[in-house]
Amino acid sequence: MDRENKTIRSFEGLEMQYDYLVFATGSSAFVPPIPGSDKNGVFVYRTIEDLNMIWRHAPSAKSAVVIGGGLLGLEAAKACLDLGIKETHVIEFAPRLMPRQIDEAGSDILVQKLAELNITTHTNKNTAAILGNETIKGLFFTDGTILNTDMLVISAGIKPRDELARSCRLTVGPRGGIVVNDEMRTNDEHIFAIGECALHNSMIYGLVAPGYEMADVVATQLAGDQKQFPGFDMSTKLKLIGVDVASFGDPFINGTEANSIVIQDKHKGVYKRINFTKDGKRLLGGVLVGDADDYNMLLQICKNNLVLPPDPTGLIVKGGDAGMDAGAGVVALPDDALICSCEGVTKLDICNAINEKGCETFDDIKKCTKATTGCGGCAPMVKDILEHTLKQQGKLVRKVLCEHFEYSRQELYDLIKLKDLRNFDNVVDTLGHGDGCEVCRPVVSSIIASLWNELIVTKQNATSQDSNDRFLANLQKGGTYSVVPRIPGGEITPDGLLVIAQVAKKYGLYTKITGGQRIDLFGAHVSDLPAIWEELIAAGFESGHAYGKALRTVKSCVGSTWCRFGLQDSVSYAIRIEERYRGLRAPHKIKSAVSGCIRECAEAQSKDFGIIATEKGWNLYVCGNGGSKPQHALLFATDLDSETCIKYIDRFLMFYIKTADPLTRTATWLNKMEGGIDYLRNVVIHDSLGIAEELEAEMQTLVNNYQCEWKNVVESPELRSKFNHFINAPKEKDPAVKFENMRGQIKAAAW
Amino acid sequence: MSDNNWFYVCDVEEMPHNGGVTVKYGEEQIALFYFTHRNEWYASQNLCPHKQQMALSRGMIGSQNGEPKVACPFHKKTFSLKTGVCLNSDECDSLKTYPVKVEEGKVFIGVDPSWN
Repeated sequence: MDRENKTIRSFEGLEMQYDYLVFATGSSAFVPPIPGSDKNGVFVYRTIEDLNMIWRHAPSAKSAVVIGGGLLGLEAAKACLDLGIKETHVIEFAPRLMPRQIDEAGSDILVQKLAELNITTHTNKNTAAILGNETIKGLFFTDGTILNTDMLVISAGIKPRDELARSCRLTVGPRGGIVVNDEMRTNDEHIFAIGECALHNSMIYGLVAPGYEMADVVATQLAGDQKQFPGFDMSTKLKLIGVDVASFGDPFINGTEANSIVIQDKHKGVYKRINFTKDGKRLLGGVLVGDADDYNMLLQICKNNLVLPPDPTGLIVKGGDAGMDAGAGVVALPDDALICSCEGVTKLDICNAINEKGCETFDDIKKCTKATTGCGGCAPMVKDILEHTLKQQGKLVRKVLCEHFEYSRQELYDLIKLKDLRNFDNVVDTLGHGDGCEVCRPVVSSIIASLWNELIVTKQNATSQDSNDRFLANLQKGGTYSVVPRIPGGEITPDGLLVIAQVAKKYGLYTKITGGQRIDLFGAHVSDLPAIWEELIAAGFESGHAYGKALRTVKSCVGSTWCRFGLQDSVSYAIRIEERYRGLRAPHKIKSAVSGCIRECAEAQSKDFGIIATEKGWNLYVCGNGGSKPQHALLFATDLDSETCIKYIDRFLMFYIKTADPLTRTATWLNKMEGGIDYLRNVVIHDSLGIAEELEAEMQTLVNNYQCEWKNVVESPELRSKFNHFINAPKEKDPAVKFENMRGQIKAAAW
Repeated sequence: MSDNNWFYVCDVEEMPHNGGVTVKYGEEQIALFYFTHRNEWYASQNLCPHKQQMALSRGMIGSQNGEPKVACPFHKKTFSLKTGVCLNSDECDSLKTYPVKVEEGKVFIGVDPSWN
């Protein structure tokens, strides 16, 4: 190196000019000047080659000694044990293990744990010589004792590679390391040093994270900006030989500057110490051994200078009362608190991911922010922040619908009603921005349908309906549709069955009985739909709304008309209910059932609302569902007469339609409702919000406005013309549709 | 665009607003979209590359950060209407797109004659 002419010359003669030079020469293992350290069986613990050599030597060793009781030394001791060496010793020059991180009492716990693993610890021990001829036989200590061994691993720290820096007269520290200032500059302003060769503020940082930070400081300055290295928080939490060990802030401070609370449980192998200011207000640092679950919270309190609760003992005692409720800690953290130090994710980043990017689960946050993807130590904090932020949002967990609307569904419902908006473009232009998407279009369409109950395929609303709604049929595998005529209460005449059979035969459809007591006809070409419905409607059928987020079926058992146990006429009541709420658009599908007695053959307790006959009338159950997360409906009111039961259902359904989030079944809606079933009962039965009359009136409007969508389509040539596959070849069916045969019927070709 | 063969599809009035229709072009199926809200026209292959379904014309259209897109009705894979690139999956192939022009109320799709 020629600093005057700013050139360097390589070993092979390559010469280069520089404007700035960066030393990133790293470090090597520090080997104390002990005579005999060149003998066979003596290793350092640093590179993969070192480990390979240890691994090859281990089978011939009966005992092993590790010099160095720091982090790596203890790891090395455990490695020796794992290599099958029965007797392992750790030698530490200082009076305790991990002297930089933990205090003597913490070290005692570690020593105890090591002893349980058959690792013997010797502290206050200074090695004078390594015994043996060519191969190690033992260690001789300055206190005159001897320890026999046939393998030695030296893990006594690192030595900065500063030889080149020394030779060109850059300032180095008394124990090595190129001296740098806060800008990572050496005493030559054109030369920087970073990483483990750099000595900053008398400190060599033997970790990767500060190394990255230093590189960033240099790069920023080279790019023309200002940046300084303020030192690095060496707080750390790790698992050593199966034991949690953590230290943060100033772990050792005491005496005149600080008070400490210490908890020591030798039986469980737990030691905790926190140091705080004399006034008890601020946390200064601490040590955790054996149980470091509180580390993240303590670190944040310490780093962000948060005010401590009146009795800080609660911070480190399980089940203790810290005077802070669980998770309140995360609330107190400032937005810029660094939660995930591996990926540099702040509290604000996580909150934004939840509030603005719609993350609702731990996995969402992981994907969105990368938090917890490094060491994973911050996972509990991230979960706390998630839980609290979601709680803050209350029922409106998905506060914002999508990028086009900054409203929840409930807010949109009220606004669309207030402004009397009746098609999607009006809604997005008035209340949102952009052009909408597959998330908000169906939600808005559903709200418009719930509000006005107008024909959904008119007013240019058709293309904003769910794909099933656009063609008033269920899109199935292969691109054909299925057709479900309404069969209220599951009651059908033989003539009705005949019509369905004839239609199915004529149009080549697959038929199956559904779970809701009706018949589904599969495999219909889109262009056949109007003709199919024309025939069904002529025979007195109407749309079953199987395609809609709407009332599906009201299932029934045969009830008192035939059943010898039946208490009430469940079929008649089911038909009455189904006809009242048919076509009702809602945030999700709604299912119902009426059972004629407590034997419950109609499975009413698995429905969004279910009715079971009693001797005196009806019991009403609400908010149940089957599906992937089955949930029983809850008993809502008992022994109702038929009119009151319907009145309550009117209010219940309208309240659900107005307040639920999109695609939320009643069970989930209730689960998220603060106050739960009691609150719902107060609103619906006791009219605690004073809206019961309004809800009933709104429902009555929807009931009055009902019309069979398919009847409208069949009767309108213009609407019928929309049901073609090709716009420029209206008669032709989709040639891509393929069927296979199964048990005498068709089935869609596999994906 | 002079290299394209423009073929007539339909009149503007026949088109649904803010949605698509299927167009027959020989053995091919093309999805044609009238994005009324943006006053834009787009055309792409009708086949969704995800599960090989002839379905994109029935998908809902919208925008993502200003980029016009269509969502397949089957599994909601979304594709840019401009470039055909799949916007929510790295594994899904892109769509073939076609130019569209409207002249005197008539809609035309441009196809490269060398494809046939």
